Amino acid sequence: MKEILSSLFVGLLFGAGLGISGMMDPAKVQGFLDLTGRWDPSLALVMGGAMAVTWIAYPLIFKRARPVLAPKFFLPTNTQIDRPLVLGALLFGTGWAIGGLCPGPALANLATLNAGVLVFVPSMLAGFWLHRNVTEWQIRQRTGQGSAACVAEKEAFEAEQCLVD
Amino acid sequence: MVIENFTPLLSGSGGLLIGSAAALFMLWNGKIAGISGITKGIFAPCPTAQERFWRVAFVVGIMLGGLGTVLLAPDMTALSYSMSLPQMVLAGLLVGVGTAMGNGCTSGHGVCGLSRRSDRSLTSVLTFMGAGFVTMYVMTHLLNIARF
Repeated sequence: MKEILSSLFVGLLFGAGLGISGMMDPAKVQGFLDLTGRWDPSLALVMGGAMAVTWIAYPLIFKRARPVLAPKFFLPTNTQIDRPLVLGALLFGTGWAIGGLCPGPALANLATLNAGVLVFVPSMLAGFWLHRNVTEWQIRQRTGQGSAACVAEKEAFEAEQCLVD
Repeated sequence: MVIENFTPLLSGSGGLLIGSAAALFMLWNGKIAGISGITKGIFAPCPTAQERFWRVAFVVGIMLGGLGTVLLAPDMTALSYSMSLPQMVLAGLLVGVGTAMGNGCTSGHGVCGLSRRSDRSLTSVLTFMGAGFVTMYVMTHLLNIARF
């Protein structure tokens, strides 16, 4: 229960931060990405302000044996710079510029009931769904449906999906 | 280059709030405040209901923070924007597939990953920022698609 309340509180703080920083305004995001045009450097200050806290706080927090409300820290285990990482970032950056929204500001903007946001968020969810189903289809093709290797690889994929970022 | 609409004080203080939220989430829940991953996990076949509840709570929190901004400072949101719907569908699909495939977005790889000194996150941030700069250049200077 405490873990759920803390998630709600942190989400609220995060959403308020997105609002105050101006990142709920798609024009400010596109303005940052328009380096050679009318450039708005604000987004760099948002990243800088956020990282000023986490860059110092994270190492201090990791000195603890465990978090306050959970049995352990849940951190990504993959350290490979692989093709999905780079290709995924390329696709994300392209969509980010086209829509002026990344996932956080898109969710925060649902309250505007703006039509553009109301089609962006379901499209993003469809993108999650598409990625998961294509990946699982590829695993089945490679290992053979129902085989032990297929089951093991799918379980590993699903566990990773729940853990990281 | 012309600098326009720069809001250093508001953006810096909003950033401090975002960073504090991410730090508290690691201190309390031991988790990375990555919005794409948290949202994706609501629909992914994660094992327990508990796993789903905290994710929903986080997303509801963000939406409430957004609602507060819409009520107090509507000009700082997408409220009055008129956007091309096909453009936003394409953008949403790319952001969804891209963040799922690359395991993170501006928050998970950007704020949190860089602060964990993760090489994967540094690679991701340089790549998605680069793709964003190039896409914006192509849109505005070559295809004449107007910015918002």
